[in-house]
Amino acid sequence: MDLPASIAVVILLPLLGVLANGLFATRPNLRDISTLVVAVMTFFAVLDIYMQIGNNTSNEVRAWEVVSGLSIAFRVEPLGLMFAMIASGLWIITHIYGVGYMRGGDESNQPRFFACFCVAISAVMGIALASNLFTLFLFYEILTISTYPLVAHKGTKEAIAGARTYLGILIGTSIALFLLAIVWTFAVAGTTDFTRGGILDGRIAGAFVPILLGLYVFGIGKAAILPFHKWLPAAMVAPTPVSALLHAVAVVKAGVFTILKVGIYIFGIDFLADTGASVWVMWLAAYSILAASIIALMQDNLKRRLAYSTVSQLAYVTLGMALASQMGALGGGLQIAMHAMGKITLFMCAGAIYVACHKTDISDMRGLGRVMPVTFGAFFIGALSIIGLPPLGGSWAKFALMLGAAEAEHLVIIGVLMVSSLLNVAYLMPIVVRGFMGAGGDKVVIKEAPFLCLLPLVLTAVGCFILFFYVDCLVDFLTPITLTGGLK
Amino acid sequence: MATLYEPALSLRDHLAILPVLLPLIGAPLIVIFGSRRTAFFIALTAFIGAFIACAALLLELRGGAPIVYYLGGWAPPAGIEYRVDAASGLVAFLIATIGMLVLPYAQVSLKREVELRHHSLIYACLLLCFSGLMGMVLTGDAFNVFVFLEISSLSAYVLIAQGAGQDKRALTAAYDYLIMGTIGATFFIIGLAFLYASTGTLNLADLGERIAQNTGNRSLNAGFVFIFVGLGLKIAIYPLHLWLPRAYTFAPSAVSVFLASTATKAALYVLVRFFFSVFQIEFLEHFQIISITLGLVGIMAMFSASFIAVFQRNLKRMLAYSSIAQIGYMVLGVAMLSQTGLTATLVHIFNHGITKAVLFMGAGALFLRAGSVFYDNLAGLGRRMPLTMGAMVLGFLSLIGVPGTAGFISKWILVQAAFERGLWWVAVLILLSSLLAVIYCWRAVELLYFAPNENNKIINNNIKEAPLMMLIPMWILALACVWFGLDTDLTIGFAGEAARTLIGGG
Repeated sequence: MDLPASIAVVILLPLLGVLANGLFATRPNLRDISTLVVAVMTFFAVLDIYMQIGNNTSNEVRAWEVVSGLSIAFRVEPLGLMFAMIASGLWIITHIYGVGYMRGGDESNQPRFFACFCVAISAVMGIALASNLFTLFLFYEILTISTYPLVAHKGTKEAIAGARTYLGILIGTSIALFLLAIVWTFAVAGTTDFTRGGILDGRIAGAFVPILLGLYVFGIGKAAILPFHKWLPAAMVAPTPVSALLHAVAVVKAGVFTILKVGIYIFGIDFLADTGASVWVMWLAAYSILAASIIALMQDNLKRRLAYSTVSQLAYVTLGMALASQMGALGGGLQIAMHAMGKITLFMCAGAIYVACHKTDISDMRGLGRVMPVTFGAFFIGALSIIGLPPLGGSWAKFALMLGAAEAEHLVIIGVLMVSSLLNVAYLMPIVVRGFMGAGGDKVVIKEAPFLCLLPLVLTAVGCFILFFYVDCLVDFLTPITLTGGLK
Repeated sequence: MATLYEPALSLRDHLAILPVLLPLIGAPLIVIFGSRRTAFFIALTAFIGAFIACAALLLELRGGAPIVYYLGGWAPPAGIEYRVDAASGLVAFLIATIGMLVLPYAQVSLKREVELRHHSLIYACLLLCFSGLMGMVLTGDAFNVFVFLEISSLSAYVLIAQGAGQDKRALTAAYDYLIMGTIGATFFIIGLAFLYASTGTLNLADLGERIAQNTGNRSLNAGFVFIFVGLGLKIAIYPLHLWLPRAYTFAPSAVSVFLASTATKAALYVLVRFFFSVFQIEFLEHFQIISITLGLVGIMAMFSASFIAVFQRNLKRMLAYSSIAQIGYMVLGVAMLSQTGLTATLVHIFNHGITKAVLFMGAGALFLRAGSVFYDNLAGLGRRMPLTMGAMVLGFLSLIGVPGTAGFISKWILVQAAFERGLWWVAVLILLSSLLAVIYCWRAVELLYFAPNENNKIINNNIKEAPLMMLIPMWILALACVWFGLDTDLTIGFAGEAARTLIGGG
């Protein structure tokens, strides 16, 4: 297949899953297996693109011109390809988990659930491969809208209220701020193409640079920077597979991925460094990291605690962009991958606990680790990766970010990163400790979650190890994004 | 096109008059052959004919030159001229499309809402109203505009009053509209009299030339203000909008669909025509208070009407207030006095026309099944009518301006026009006001789709999906909302061309 065809396949293939869910709505086995086949095929289609161009940047593939200067177009570049690979790869795992979870919990409206999931994945692929801001924005909004029914899935008052917050903040910020920033960019630069080295240098100056950057940082609500983070805890009312794939990987990563893209390809790292426009964003991100960690400490609901932890970890990526240094950008890219693997493990563990014994509060989980050793073992590994301890993948991202901070001569940021790691220990470890050490209060016999729930979380826990040892591949792969001059 | 009139025999040469003539002939025929079934087919034939003529006009216009037609072979200024250019072609195409699609829809919805014996007269009024709107758009003669304005208005009053079968308040709503509309028409004709007195012509192109030579003439200024206020009433520019919410709320559903997506749009087109063809840009730039006022009332409409829409508990009323807000965006585009701004206005006329048609059609379908459009009675109804709901969600997304829908395109151009003029604060306000649209739209979606329906007495097992005759037009328009969000050849192509000729003095 040539590249345009491959790109079309990657974006359209997940939609086949919608069809499968529609046609086989009443035959659960056929439905879930065909969706799984679609997921596997999508992953291989992404791999196929990787085989074709490796970590080079492809030519632009223009699909459709909407208004002159404004077209739906795609371009493969390393950061986006990595994001597409993570999302499609973890989709397979989450789908298996989701089938186990939804059947185990006897949830209603499963065809609608899996169909919306497919649309969301298609939108993520569009975001990952977009070659200009308009295309990215289009898929960004599709992603928001297609995940709304997933958050509201249970249909209870609580779920509807959560979904309302979710949609309100994401659509609100994107229309009021993100769109404004895009039109502004288009008005001054005449294009919204992602270009190596940025498109704004010399076109905008003075106080407008930090203002425009602010519009992007706050407008991209999916990056959950404080104070626009409330949607993420609110979205935790969704079934756990949604929290796992979408609110630990796809949706939130789409946010920080967009921030990185804007920083690297719209502003340009050098332009940001020269103007110092991103310094205030760096402090904001640092504040976001610490504040969200402290809030996480106070949550007793496991999923809410993980959600605030995600808010904090996402700010690492924003921080990487705001450092405006090559190592910082690389660290941001690594953090996308590492945090995805670690956090999805944690969420799947939370879901497995819920399926096995319907417990959601950490204070109830005393002694649970002894009856569910696999789940709590995987949780332990995921937590270590999030904290950033070797030999787990998460450590490299922290390492690169610290180097980036040193490179940009912001030594305080190194301190912030260290304090944050300590806070991570403080809010993640007690869960494990309580699980294994505390005296079990329940008389009821509790068993591990079903096999379909356990297998995926073991796989991703192993993935955290693998990422540590093979990080050089990933670094080599991502290096081109830090180059500023040269080929477009 | 030849400038001299040559006797023409083929139908093709009469294209410009057909959209006005066919329905005008159809209306009396319906009255003569009274039966309901015949009436429907006469109306359908006239609408389809008008639609084909409008589509053909658009194709002819691709060549660039306007199509000129002398009524009865009499050349202006003595005779009446019909003049179709990019601007009028686009608006006429919108009206024709809506007209053709609303008719099959009306056939079903009227059965539920209006007594059978009135149906054929409603079709006749619908044809008259359609013919009037078409005439306003296609004619090149100022007095002719007034005549057609009155034809469309009078038939609209009757149409709105037909809602009385469901709710007696339709009568007072129609009466309100009658009073306001008549005042508007009176202002308009007084303004025309001023123009005629100072220039001695009523042909729009002629008027334009003579006014350009006559700047600073006080009676012209007076005429301008009269025309502005008169049309403002018909367009429902804030704060002259008071007739609109009640009229749209209490009219039969099919009538709401038709009027909401065409009537105010045609009047706005006339305003644009008078502003830019007759008075022209130099006059407007000189008379700056008008564009400033227009911009301010536009912004006020965007916020206050959207804000009121948020608190409505009646779906049709909510949509009506949203219309007033959307008209705010359109007049804001006019107030920018720039090509991009005017393009935004014309594109939004088209895009909002199809968007609102979908939504009012959806509201009518819900009424058909639930017998009410109050939020309390609609809770959870969307789950029973997924196809209606799907079309409505597309409509709501377009109303919000989500990318990939028609509404986004108009918003994009409007915001760009604001940046072009250096009015970045206006750009901010435009986007902030769309947040209000998010709130009022999503309130409705959430209610229809996710609200529990246990307490809703109206929902029982008999509630099914709306009939195909409603669903097909609704889905055609819903898909058009997506189509025109991706392919802007027709909308921006024609609107941009129109703005170029209108402002470039063409």
